[in-house]
Amino acid sequence: MARVPVVFTVNGTEAAEFVEPGAMLSDVLRDKLDLTGTRVGCSQGTCGACTVMIDGELILSCLTPAQRVNGKSVVTIEGVATNGELDPIQQAFATGFATQCGFCTSGMIVAAKALLDANPDPSRDEVVDAISGNICRCTGYEPIINAILSAAAERRVAKSA
Amino acid sequence: MALDIVKVDSVREAAATIAASGDAYFLAGGTILARVANTGGFPVRTMVLSDGLGLDAIAVDGDTIEIGAAATMTRIAAEPRLAFLRPVAESIGGPAIRNMATVGGNLFARYPYGDFAVALLALDAEVTIEDAEKTRTTGLDDFLASAPAGGIVRALRFKLPPDGAFRFTKVVRKHPHGASVLSIAAVLPETGGKVSNARVAYGAMSERPMRAKAVEGALEGRALDAQTLENALKVATDGCQPQTDPQATDWYRMTVLPVHLKRLLSGEGRF
Repeated sequence: MARVPVVFTVNGTEAAEFVEPGAMLSDVLRDKLDLTGTRVGCSQGTCGACTVMIDGELILSCLTPAQRVNGKSVVTIEGVATNGELDPIQQAFATGFATQCGFCTSGMIVAAKALLDANPDPSRDEVVDAISGNICRCTGYEPIINAILSAAAERRVAKSA
Repeated sequence: MALDIVKVDSVREAAATIAASGDAYFLAGGTILARVANTGGFPVRTMVLSDGLGLDAIAVDGDTIEIGAAATMTRIAAEPRLAFLRPVAESIGGPAIRNMATVGGNLFARYPYGDFAVALLALDAEVTIEDAEKTRTTGLDDFLASAPAGGIVRALRFKLPPDGAFRFTKVVRKHPHGASVLSIAAVLPETGGKVSNARVAYGAMSERPMRAKAVEGALEGRALDAQTLENALKVATDGCQPQTDPQATDWYRMTVLPVHLKRLLSGEGRF
């Protein structure tokens, strides 16, 4: 089957690629665009490791054919930092030991970003809900929840400064 | 394996494309079909996109609600007129899944999934299906009981239940959004202190979402008192054939169902 063109924006830059028909976005990000921060864990929508944002909405890239994002704007973990400066969420994960093996971290941080972009002052329960589609088998979740709460506080301070 | 992705201009064209092919399927959110494509559950060669077909509208006409089949769980949870369904929509997956998973797709979710269909079954929903030639409507009971006879699910329609009459509970092991050990939805309208037109539905208690007709019979025309509860619980598991999966064994599901039904009917554990 002939390859098909897809054109979309990734982390603010236009991407134009010929892909296998039906290729999932996660594979295109990793194999074509070298954005390997997005992980592929289960390919079933269960683990959340492939989580990205499409037009501001949290989406599982392993279940999204790349042809479906034609003309849309995708944000991956590589687009969370600004000008080489870690986002407060990333910083909080590093300082709070919220990452161990690291496999879930990209998806966790993107999920946390979607939460904090929409809700700058979430409750603990809201943080738990926000990452409830992301599986971590190392940390026991507590350091992740704490990191997101502390990043939320940090972001609020930065915004009010 | 390469997949052909087809974009169409109408639901009718989608239905015709799928009818003409043996291995084409309609892609809504992707949480079922893309998963199957990734894992090779059955051969999928062609996906017909639901994008841009206007299938995600929610319309209210008097006390009748029509939900477009491609409306997502996030959309349902955010819809003020459907506030009573918010706990159901929010019980399904994490935020990314809820942004993708659709009401129509939930009718096709396999055991033990499909909790939204359980709620729709209790609400006595009708399914509007469009095929290459015509549009037809069927009760959700019949739709779930038989293999779909082709066509595209366009919308689900039901009457708003009286205030406070809708109840739902979902039992999970992985909190807050695991797959169901079981789920129960009920619409219990009361007239003069007595239940009339009760509808009770279970998820994960048989292969597909099912009505608990014996329970409905035990409640009908009676006050929701201790005696009625006892009568209903005696027949709680009538017709149930749950499966054993990583969530629970069939024995466990049969054993705990009456406990959760009692809580639901007595007003405890409602969310």
